[in-house]
Amino acid sequence: MTALALRGTLWMGDVPLIRNLSIDMPAGRWSCLLGPSGIGKSSIARLIAGLPGPQRLEGALRTHDGLPLAGRVALMAQGGQLLPWADLVANVTVGARLRGARPDVARARALLAQAGLSGLEARRPTALSGGQQQRVALARVLMEDAPVVLLDEPFSALDTATRLAMQDLAARMLTGRTVILITHDPLEALRLADRAWLLGDAGAQPLALPETPAPRDFRAPEVLTAQAALLARLQGDAACGV
Amino acid sequence: MRRLTIAPLRAALALGVALALWQAVVWLTGVPRFILPGPGRVGAALWDNAALLAEHARFTVVNLLTGLAAGIALGVATALNLALSPGARLMLRPMLIFAQAVPVFALAPILTLWLGYGAASKIVIVMLVIYFPVTSAFFDGLMRLPAPLADLAQMMRATPLRRLFLLQVPHAVPALFSGLRLAVVYAPFAVIIGEWVGASRGLGHLMLLANGRGQTELMFAALIVLAGMSLVLFAALEGLARHGLREG
Repeated sequence: MTALALRGTLWMGDVPLIRNLSIDMPAGRWSCLLGPSGIGKSSIARLIAGLPGPQRLEGALRTHDGLPLAGRVALMAQGGQLLPWADLVANVTVGARLRGARPDVARARALLAQAGLSGLEARRPTALSGGQQQRVALARVLMEDAPVVLLDEPFSALDTATRLAMQDLAARMLTGRTVILITHDPLEALRLADRAWLLGDAGAQPLALPETPAPRDFRAPEVLTAQAALLARLQGDAACGV
Repeated sequence: MRRLTIAPLRAALALGVALALWQAVVWLTGVPRFILPGPGRVGAALWDNAALLAEHARFTVVNLLTGLAAGIALGVATALNLALSPGARLMLRPMLIFAQAVPVFALAPILTLWLGYGAASKIVIVMLVIYFPVTSAFFDGLMRLPAPLADLAQMMRATPLRRLFLLQVPHAVPALFSGLRLAVVYAPFAVIIGEWVGASRGLGHLMLLANGRGQTELMFAALIVLAGMSLVLFAALEGLARHGLREG
């Protein structure tokens, strides 16, 4: 398992996006970065994923073992990463095939079943609902078996009920992994995070989370109280921003 | 299912109307038959010269299909190479653009001079005419991999060759088909121009021959065979595209 530490200032070209980041993401836990649109969430995601882009970190992204992060991160994004021409098994095993390794079809089927997609293995992603498509993406992330799982707004395009169900499924399936969840949804952060930060241009402020273990019931009084407090804070920030 | 039964009916109706109009023009204007023969006369010419037409059509269609296959193969291979190698892009792309600037049809006399009156000059001109649209359409499709899939390939540490064949090629199949549609439209032009410049066989050659002898009905008959050939080719490609896009 891999713990991560992110320090420094995130730049977008010549513009500082988020200053004085100081985030410690523990191994085997869910770390959540919560932020409004346009704050630079996707830049942080690309930074952690090692993907090319205009973002630049003046500082360091370190792993606890000092080894590079490249090749140890699996990414699940908002959508568009499934192959529309391939069936679900081929979609889940695409990583192995892209690397020239032998795909483990039995494991792919097992993961699809675990994601609640038994019987749909021969379908194309276009024949699935948005929630089902993200289940495929989740199965594929697990298929990659990477120590670090990066979830970049994974459920943002789903309706509320589907999103809640997917949060429970993701929490179940990703237990024990180092997960970095990037989201704009306060409830999602409060339900899933072991640690959470609120991103602003001045930096990342640690968020107080309910003391109960994640995943938390969205009906639990402490979650609802925390949500109300967080919403009030976000509204205040937004008012200041305007 | 409904389209299957209606479409041929509509096509037959359109054809019937066109033939009736044609006959009406002939009757109303009293145009001499060596300028515009009526559909009845052309039909008779088709029937009477069936063996002759078939023999020449065979030469034309073999060259057409050989040139098509060779041009498509060459275009696909070029596009794959360009997509895989930045070096090849640097070298080959200006050459391709230059080649496109040359009106390929104008090369027909030179090709006939170099390759003679036989099949070779026809095959090569078809190949040259369709090479650019196929290469360019397929290459554009290959290079336009959506950003999320490009990210996926990088996250999964894809090798360039596997990225090409597992992601770029399947994504580019519709683009390839739009190039093939152009190829199938251009190829019959190309083969006929090749035959007009110089040939001893083929539908184009037969048309020139019939023209010289004032056999206008035979010219029209050859034209109809050619049009039929193009239609069959186009329909075959559409069938393949429907199948390919569903499967692919």
